[in-house]
This record gives sequence, structure tokens and C-alpha cells, in this order.
Amino acid sequence: MRQIFDIHGGIHPPERKELANPGQVQEMPLPSKLVLPVTQHIGAPARPIVEVGDSVKGGQMIAEAQGPVSVPVHAPSSGTITAIESRAVPHASGLTDTCIEITLDGTDTWVDLKGLDDWRTRPKAELVECIRQAGIAGLGGAGFPTAIKLASDRERGIHTLIINGTECEPYISADDTVMQCYAREIVEGAEILAHMVGAENIILAVEDNKPDAVEAMTKAAEALEIADVVTFPTKYPSGGEKQLIEILFDMQVPSGGIPADIGILCQNPSTAIAVRDALLDGKPLTDRITTVTGMALQKPGNRRVLLGTPIRELLAEAAFDRDAADRVIHGGPMMGFAVTDLDMPLVKITNCVLAPTRTEIPPPQPQQACIRCGMCAEACPASLLPQQLYWYARAKDNEQLERHNLLDCIECGACAYVCPSHIPLVQYYRSAKGAIREAAKEKVRSDNSRTRFEARQERLEREAAAREAKRAARKAAAEARAKSGDDPVQAAIERAKAKKAAQEPKGTEDNAQ
Amino acid sequence: MSLMHVSSPHLHKPVTSVEQVMKQVLLATLPGVAVLTWFFGPGTLVNIIFGSMLAMGFEAWALWLRGKDYKSPLKDHSVIVTATLLCIALPPYSPWWLIVVGIGVSVLLGKHAFGGLGYNPFNPAMVGYVVLLVSFPLQMSAWTEPRGVGEVPGLLDAITALFAPASYDGVTAATPLDLFRQNAGMLFDDLMVSKAELAGPIAGIGWDLVNIAFLAGGIWLLRQRIFTWHAPAGMLGALSVCALLGFDEGSSTGGGSVMFHLFSGATMFGAFFIITDPVSSAVSNRGRLIFGAGVGVLVYLIRVNGNYPDAVAFGVLLLNFAAPFIDQYTQPQVYGTKKIEVDE
Repeated sequence: MRQIFDIHGGIHPPERKELANPGQVQEMPLPSKLVLPVTQHIGAPARPIVEVGDSVKGGQMIAEAQGPVSVPVHAPSSGTITAIESRAVPHASGLTDTCIEITLDGTDTWVDLKGLDDWRTRPKAELVECIRQAGIAGLGGAGFPTAIKLASDRERGIHTLIINGTECEPYISADDTVMQCYAREIVEGAEILAHMVGAENIILAVEDNKPDAVEAMTKAAEALEIADVVTFPTKYPSGGEKQLIEILFDMQVPSGGIPADIGILCQNPSTAIAVRDALLDGKPLTDRITTVTGMALQKPGNRRVLLGTPIRELLAEAAFDRDAADRVIHGGPMMGFAVTDLDMPLVKITNCVLAPTRTEIPPPQPQQACIRCGMCAEACPASLLPQQLYWYARAKDNEQLERHNLLDCIECGACAYVCPSHIPLVQYYRSAKGAIREAAKEKVRSDNSRTRFEARQERLEREAAAREAKRAARKAAAEARAKSGDDPVQAAIERAKAKKAAQEPKGTEDNAQ
Repeated sequence: MSLMHVSSPHLHKPVTSVEQVMKQVLLATLPGVAVLTWFFGPGTLVNIIFGSMLAMGFEAWALWLRGKDYKSPLKDHSVIVTATLLCIALPPYSPWWLIVVGIGVSVLLGKHAFGGLGYNPFNPAMVGYVVLLVSFPLQMSAWTEPRGVGEVPGLLDAITALFAPASYDGVTAATPLDLFRQNAGMLFDDLMVSKAELAGPIAGIGWDLVNIAFLAGGIWLLRQRIFTWHAPAGMLGALSVCALLGFDEGSSTGGGSVMFHLFSGATMFGAFFIITDPVSSAVSNRGRLIFGAGVGVLVYLIRVNGNYPDAVAFGVLLLNFAAPFIDQYTQPQVYGTKKIEVDE
């Protein structure tokens, strides 16, 4: 039995996971339209390679990766491109972005898919490229391009692959369902991932509130010697990558670093399946399992949905009572954001769509004064002092914010959850982080222009000095010549005469013609 | 109906509010107040009721003056906590004007002059207490005799003492800490048996039980997670260590036993109800440990060497000054900032 460690802080919110009946995958009928944003990942947007009017087949690439930190987008089903325009996309700030709209023809015709049976013998670069071309971004919620995580060559190497099936946020049971229904595929994907990064161990990490998933995973892991299932007590936010590493290894990812710095790679179970499907079946990422839940839905559940399905259709399928809810949340209730437009589509990072009733998740209470009770500091998994950060965030004291490690805040929301004064702490931190990043960018910009200005000044001075030196040299030379009796004026006159004499006969000839 | 656009987290811990915290603190003072009332009569209770009403009036007035909503902040009960803590610290059967001055200073100067709830650098109740202590030393040392030593006044006496102090003729008596300070020439054990007030099992009749009652309330608050153990442990620990070092088996120049210090005067009340005020104390757990220890050391030094019999108020105010300084050096180790040894 592996030793488990505790993390600082953490909370135990009501789980409410049973609502979505974890362990059963419900299929969705084909929607009539899909809206696919070109950015469903962290990094540069993909560039559309289709035009309005084109017909596309399922699995066909419709937008290609631009630059290294980018992933392509594929058509999840067959149909016609009916629009490429800016639409509302899932984003905390309610942004719009370029989206490709496909009107489906209902036949669901696919391109021919071809997997790599011999992936074990292929070079790593080829496997990475295959994963990149399959459009895979982390399906746990952050959406970091998977190929980048796998491609990075680090001196110290990766010793352990963690398949993070913690799923600590309330309501969400997508990973739980995937682990129960597709345990074998997860282990196959994990084997590929471990092979690619050279990991000697695979830990299939599951919180102890998912006994069925643990059972399924334990059974599947028997097929792979290096894989072990590890369970640990339920506590939010144990599923945070950094927290999970501390739970499993009693080690901390260095501030500002990534798990690979200490030889660990974390992947979500669904991402492992996507990698497996891409390599073994040649299938790009075009669908995912999403938890659709909340008391405002009569038929909540875990559904297999095509990427690009409008949230409105997803909710309609789950019998959404629009009047009972006053918010719809993309993601979980701790870290998800409120959807501003129900027409926005479901994307690669959508692990949950939550439609709670007003009594289930009541509107926020008015904010009161901070009494510095310290409950937030007790709850913070990063051992920060949220009450101090709040103070400095309000004072816009960036220096103190950085000194108090604001940038190590993972925005889990545990502080705001326990705050008796109902202060939306995370909102203050997000905004302060934005301001610090903006200030850093501004500093780089001003440093650059100062460097440029100084370089220009230097160049102008250098040129002026050079001109001055040249002039002085010419002057010196002229003086020297004048001294030696060599009169330059006389010499010039003689040169001109000689030239004229040489030109004269030529000029006559011209006149004669 | 449009969709609500709110920021995460969407869930909030059920039934936590400032009001809830304050209610629990008030509830936790009950055992202490009950024991005080048993031994000294209804004086403290009358103080608290009168003081709380005054405090609400002052709070509303201050908020109104500051152009704030003066109705809803009253609901957070914080000013009642301030008033209750001050009134527990005051001698029972205090005259009305003493309480008016004390509450006025606490609420107006201690709290609102600095910006109201959450902004006060000093513990408001202790600001009021210290102003009274240095301005009206006579009235502030007028404790009555405990039950078992003298006659305990009744409710009518309490009301007379409050509103017509001139016509109230109460018997005042020295507290154990007063006796301890006034009788520096006596051996500690002799002192403890020579006075009827000191005949209690630990540290004088009534006072040890008062301390035990506040300790019980404090432990309940600790279990309710209203505060952490650090500040009380720091103060009681430091006070015990000081008393242990200063106690020379009871010579006339010694400092009094550990039990005497722990269960005398305002020790437990201070440790669990005064220095645990989060607003004016240090923020980190380590900081709160140091904050408490600082108060403990000062309480001992002032009790034994100072001019005042008790010292919780001075200790707290002095450490309030030091809190930002303590914070500066006690920031917890943030995740990922530990230097990791590179294993070669």
C-alpha cells in the first residue's frame, strides 16, 4: 500500500455527484448544427482551412495548427460549412472568437481512419506529431496542447505518469464515468503516454468517493505491470495537479514550474483515451463525455457529445427548466464560469455544464467587511494568506502581492467558499493577476523602447563622431597638401580642361548625325 | 430573464457569515458571565445590557455620520461583541457615565475612527478599557466582594449603582491580583491563606472559577473553528513559562505560582476572547503564536513589576502595534517556494 500525504487546507463542499448518475454514458442524437471555435486550447488559434459552402466529412481537419503551441480542429460529423465568423465562445470574460459552423447532413459520413499498429517501434517525434494532428488538448479543463507536454525533452526525464482521475469538484462525474466505462482504453492510452515520455511508473489516481471507478481501474490495471491504482481521501482541491503530486509524493512543484521539473507528467483519463484513439484508430478528437447536471434539469446525466454542440441543445436534451435557473455554469461550481449566451458551443475543455436551481445555488450574498478571521488561510491549499492578498489587491499594491506569492494562487475558490464575509476573493485575485501580467508586459515594452532609444542615441553619437573624425581627417589632409605646395585648385582646373578636350571630338560627331 | 454573470466559486459554505461568527462568540461568553454573576451579582449582566444598547446607538450614529447604511451593519452583531467584552472587563456596579465613556471610546475611536469593522488596528474593547483605566482608576478598581466573602448585591442595587451612583453605597474589595501586588512583602503561601478572598482552591474565591468558565467557552469556540489554537496557546504558554521562571517557591519577592497567574484576573478571558480578535492580531498561525506569546510575557511583567494589577489590555494594545511587524516576518511557506534539494 502506497503512503498518502495530506495537503494544507482544502474544503469538503457537498458533492452532489449522484445527480448525474455516474457510470452510464448517454448518447446524444446528432444536432442540426455544430459551432467549432478555432481556439479550444491554450495557445495560438488554429487557422480555418475550409470555406463557406465546402462539404466536409467527419474526422476531416477544418482548421490547422498555427505555430508550435496550437492544435487543429476537426469536423465531428459530415455536413456543409455554413459560416466562419465571430461568435460567443466559452470563456470567463464572455469573449467572442472565430468559429466554424457546420450544418450537418445527418449521414455522419467519415473520412477513412488509419491507426498505427506498430506504435511501439515508431520514433517518438512521429507519435507526437500524430497526437498533435489529432487535435488533442488536455480534457480535464485547462486545455493545454497534449503534444507539447509529451514533446518536451527534459534532462532529468519523466519517471512517473499520473492519470489524474481525482475529479474533486462537486457535481462533475465525467471522469468517474469514463473510468467506469472505458478503464481498458485508459490503461492502453496510459501505456502509450508512458512509453513516449519514458516513464517507469503509472499511477492511476482516484479519490475514494468513486469506488466503482476504483474497481474498474484496478481490474484494467492488471493488464499493465507498471500501472497501479492509488486512492486517497476525498477533499477539494485534491485534483489540482500540484496538490495531487503533494498527496502522492509529498513533493511540491517549484513555484512557477511544471510537474515535469520534478519528473512527473499528469494527464486526464479522457486525454489518455484520446491519445489511444489517435494512435491506434487514427481518430482525431471530435467528441467527449460531459456531465450535464443540476436540479434545473429533469434528465441530468453524463453524455457523449460532439464538440461544437450548442449548450442550448445540450440543455434541451436534458429537459432544462429555464425558469428555475438563473445561471448556467460551464465547468464545475468551484472553478467554472457563468455562461452568458446559451448558444455558445461545448468545446474540448467542457467537462461539465451545470444548471442549478435558485435554491440549489442561491445568488451571491452581499459582500461584508473582511474581519481577517483567517478561515481562508486555513482553507488555502497553497498556504497563501488570502486575507492579506485581498488587502493588497484592493490597494493595487503589486509589489506586496508578488511578495505574498499571488501568482501561486490556483484559483480553486476554497477561500471564497469559507469566507464568512462572502467576499468574492478569487475575482480580486484574477483581476490583480491580470494587472500584474499587464504591468510586466508594459515593463518589457518600456524596457525595449528604452533599449532602442539608448541604442539609437549611441548610434547617432557614433555617426556624428565618425563624421567629425572624417572631416578632421580631410581637413588635415588638405592642410598637409597645401603645405607640400600641391595646390588642389590648380589641379582641379587642369583635370577639367583635360576632360573637355577629350569630349570635344565626340560632341562634333553627335552634331553631324 | 437574462443569465446571471457571477464569478466562481458558485458554491458557498452554508451558514457562515460574520453574524454567525459574532453570535457564536457571544454565546461562548455565557459561562463566564454566568459565573461572574453568581459570584458578584447581576452587575456585569446589567453592564452588558446597558453597554450593548449604547454601543448599537453609537454604531448607528457613527455610520450615519460617515454616510453609510446604518441599518444593515448593525445586524452583524460585531458592535455587541465589542460592548460585551468591554463590559465583562469593567467592574460590576459601574456608574452609567463610565460605561458611556468606555463604549463611546471603543466604538467611535477604537473602531470607526479607523474605518469601521475590519479596519481597526487596535482591539476596540481594549482601547475603551485602557482609556477608562488611566482616566478613572478609582472607579476601575471598584470590584465587589465575591459570594462567600461578603454580601452579593441584588438587581435593585445594580440598577441604582448604574443610574444613581451617588446614592449607591457598595462595598468594594481588592481582587486577588490587587492583594498580590499590595502585599509584596508577604510570602506567597502566607498571603494565600491570610485573606478570605484568596481562600479558593486555585487562585482566590470566584476568580479561578470565572477563569475556568471562560476557558470552557474558549475551548468551545476553538472546536467551532472560530479561531485557531495558536494565539491562546502562545499567551498561556508564555505566561506559564514566565511564572515558572519567576516563581521561587513562594518568597516575598517571587512572582506568584503558575496556577495563580493562569487562573487570576483576565487571563483566560484575555487568552480566548481578547487576543483572538482577528482584525487587530497577526494573520498567520505562526504570527498569532508569537502575538499571543508577546501578550503573555507583557501580562506577567506588568502584573509582577508594573503599576497595574492586571495587564491584558496593555499587553494586547502593545502587541496590536507590533502585529504588522510580526506579519512581515511570519509569512507561511507557500506551496512550491521551498528550496528543494537536488539529488544527484
